[in-house]
Amino acid sequence: MKQPTLLHVLQPKWRTALQRIREERARGGSGKLILLTLVGGAFWWLVFYVLFRILRSLRAVEELGALIPGKILGLILLSFISILVLSNVITALSSFFLSKDLDLLVSAPVDWLRLYLAKLGETLLHSSWMVALMIVPILTAYGVVFKGGLLFPLYAVIAILPMLILPAVVGCAMTLILVNIFPARRTRDLLSIIALGAAGGVILLFRLIRPEQLARPEGFRNLLDFVILLRGPTSPFLPSEWASQAIMGYLGHELDPFPLVMLWTTAAAFVAMGALLHRALYAQGFTKAQEGAERFIRGGLWRWTVGSLLGWLPVAKREFVLKDIKLFFRDTTQWSQLILLAVLVVVYLFNIQALPLHRGEPVGFFYVNLVSFLNLGLAGFVLASIAARFIFPAVSLEGRQMWLLRSSPLDLRALLWSKYWVGTLPLLILGLILTGLTNTLLEVSTFMMILSLAAMAGLTLAIAALALTFGTLYPQFETENAAQIPTSFGGLVFMMATIALLALVLMILSRAVYTYVRGTWEGQSVGVTPEMLVLFAVAAALCTAATLVPLRLALRKMESFEF
Amino acid sequence: MIRLENLTKLYGSFVAVDDISLHVPRGVLYGCLGPNGAGKTTTLRMIAGILRPTQGRVLLGGDDVHVNPLAAKMRLGFIPDRPFVYDKLTGAEFLRFVAGLYGQEGDTVERRIAELLEVFELTSWKDELVEAYSHGMRQKLIISSALIHRPECIVVDEPMVGLDPKAARLLKDIFRQFVAKGGTVLMSTHTLEIAEAMCDQIAIIQHGKIIAAGTVNDVRRQHQAGDASLEELFLKLTGGAHVRELAEVLGR
Repeated sequence: MKQPTLLHVLQPKWRTALQRIREERARGGSGKLILLTLVGGAFWWLVFYVLFRILRSLRAVEELGALIPGKILGLILLSFISILVLSNVITALSSFFLSKDLDLLVSAPVDWLRLYLAKLGETLLHSSWMVALMIVPILTAYGVVFKGGLLFPLYAVIAILPMLILPAVVGCAMTLILVNIFPARRTRDLLSIIALGAAGGVILLFRLIRPEQLARPEGFRNLLDFVILLRGPTSPFLPSEWASQAIMGYLGHELDPFPLVMLWTTAAAFVAMGALLHRALYAQGFTKAQEGAERFIRGGLWRWTVGSLLGWLPVAKREFVLKDIKLFFRDTTQWSQLILLAVLVVVYLFNIQALPLHRGEPVGFFYVNLVSFLNLGLAGFVLASIAARFIFPAVSLEGRQMWLLRSSPLDLRALLWSKYWVGTLPLLILGLILTGLTNTLLEVSTFMMILSLAAMAGLTLAIAALALTFGTLYPQFETENAAQIPTSFGGLVFMMATIALLALVLMILSRAVYTYVRGTWEGQSVGVTPEMLVLFAVAAALCTAATLVPLRLALRKMESFEF
Repeated sequence: MIRLENLTKLYGSFVAVDDISLHVPRGVLYGCLGPNGAGKTTTLRMIAGILRPTQGRVLLGGDDVHVNPLAAKMRLGFIPDRPFVYDKLTGAEFLRFVAGLYGQEGDTVERRIAELLEVFELTSWKDELVEAYSHGMRQKLIISSALIHRPECIVVDEPMVGLDPKAARLLKDIFRQFVAKGGTVLMSTHTLEIAEAMCDQIAIIQHGKIIAAGTVNDVRRQHQAGDASLEELFLKLTGGAHVRELAEVLGR
């Protein structure tokens, strides 16, 4: 029998993708495309510009020349490979074991090798596109600084492609083995925790070793030691090192084919080994993947604790809130993000505590107040990222069950109310703790403390409302993984709107803070002036409007949903 | 009990439901029949308040579903054709949640949950997450959820899909008893034997319009079909001659 081509096996996937683009275009999505291009372009430019400046100044150091840039590239590629392995493991679980097209493909007379290669390609594409896009401005900066010439992009593709294939093969193989040990659904839970735990651990470790100390000149004892260290390969058996050697060799006009040969032969050998492993284990793994999680849950704890606390609410609202809390804590892809959140909060507080503001010299009153004020914006941004993770997907996650909510006498206002407060309350508590603690660490005055806490409360209420609203305006009803929802276009628009709001509120309040700081600096006792009151009122009105207007829009949009 | 007045639904320029008017009185089990894509599911979803009609209105016990939705929906139990439920709730939690949506709680609800789970043989599964349920078990759970608040009318889309013969028989008995006690059932089905055996009245929908309505005998009389079975009648009205041609092609 003639076997179908790989392109044919993947037809449902790429045809669906094409159809989505067509539908988007038909809906007049060109504005969306322009915005995405602008944001993407700005991001690319920023990465390129920063790296370009660093590389240019490093290249000028005569003794070191291309050594440090080569090391940096090796480290960047190494970190990409680690990310890629994790992301491939998670993606392979969906594409090889949970995807909806598998029943059809596995029951059709498609041979194992074709199925493997098609799914490997799908996994590779899904998990590597973002890294591939990130590499473009980085390698462009290298190409420009080291004058790579016109053929450099082509050479870079040849060097980077096998580096993307290898983690995909490794990720797929790891998933295959894991699924043969655990049921697929439990493997997904396990992987989410491991992935986020590992990411959190790396961030924490990186921060706690205080990399800023390396920038101090007194840290280097001997330049020669440093150069010797730089000349040695960081990780000689990793493809990131081969890719970095291949690229730096080309840029240094010392073309050595060995790293490229290593990359391509290893990739080919890994694909062959991966295919053999697939032949041996896939059928058994696919069968195991059909098993459910089989968990008995009493759920009494929630009823007695949260249920009793919410006793004052009408029954519909109470059941809705309880349901949302239960779903959150039973979905590993959701609650496991709290690990990363906890790490980020620790790093955040650590950074504030590590600021050299109170180091023996007279306390810089001006700087303390400036940092405390700017901290409002930063904390607001952190809260916005958290809201994007946890509040933005709230309505999308109701998608498949919306038939039940719409056919029941549940008032949509109650639904919106529950979603809003379930997300806002923890966010508000976190926002206030974050601001209060950082201000305590900074030893700010009572005026700044009250101003910060009040502004943070107003901003949090508005940020949560914006997250819920943009999540409703740009719903992703078909997504099964809540963690993917914030990375959509709506998530981007939400973040931009929130940043605009933060900037506006801070701009309004800056005048009041300036008056206070200047007055105190000049030794006057500064009270709350009428001008300050007006500014506070304007900021409060802005936050109130940014809370109520979006929620009203969300309600209107929700009323127009059809399923 | 259920009244549709000039109900129309457009998707862009496509007319899914075309000016349908229908009255389902109290104490009647009414069947909606029609080929795939005829507009049955769209009609039922408009009755349930999930879709907004482009024109016309739906009245449940005198209340307009889109003008006075809360009062209208209190009377309704809706069973969709695809059993999407919250995977991370247990069966009992899901039923408790649905009861809450209808403002019901306490011992009465707990007793009702136990009763329904018992009837649908889900008692031993009540503390297990729904993600472990089979398609049929999810369908049974949704049917239980539609009955939990003791509705006055039930709107059900393809009720027998995914049910084992025992559960299908049970559901038929439940619907008959529900109607005998004054309840109203409006169901869509492709299974003509079920419609013929269960329904007091039927409507045949094609291309979004009702092309025949009444009791099976009424429809036979209207279309001079003698004592033809409902299947023959259905094929005659919906262009079923193609089916025979198709059977010939497949048999070659």
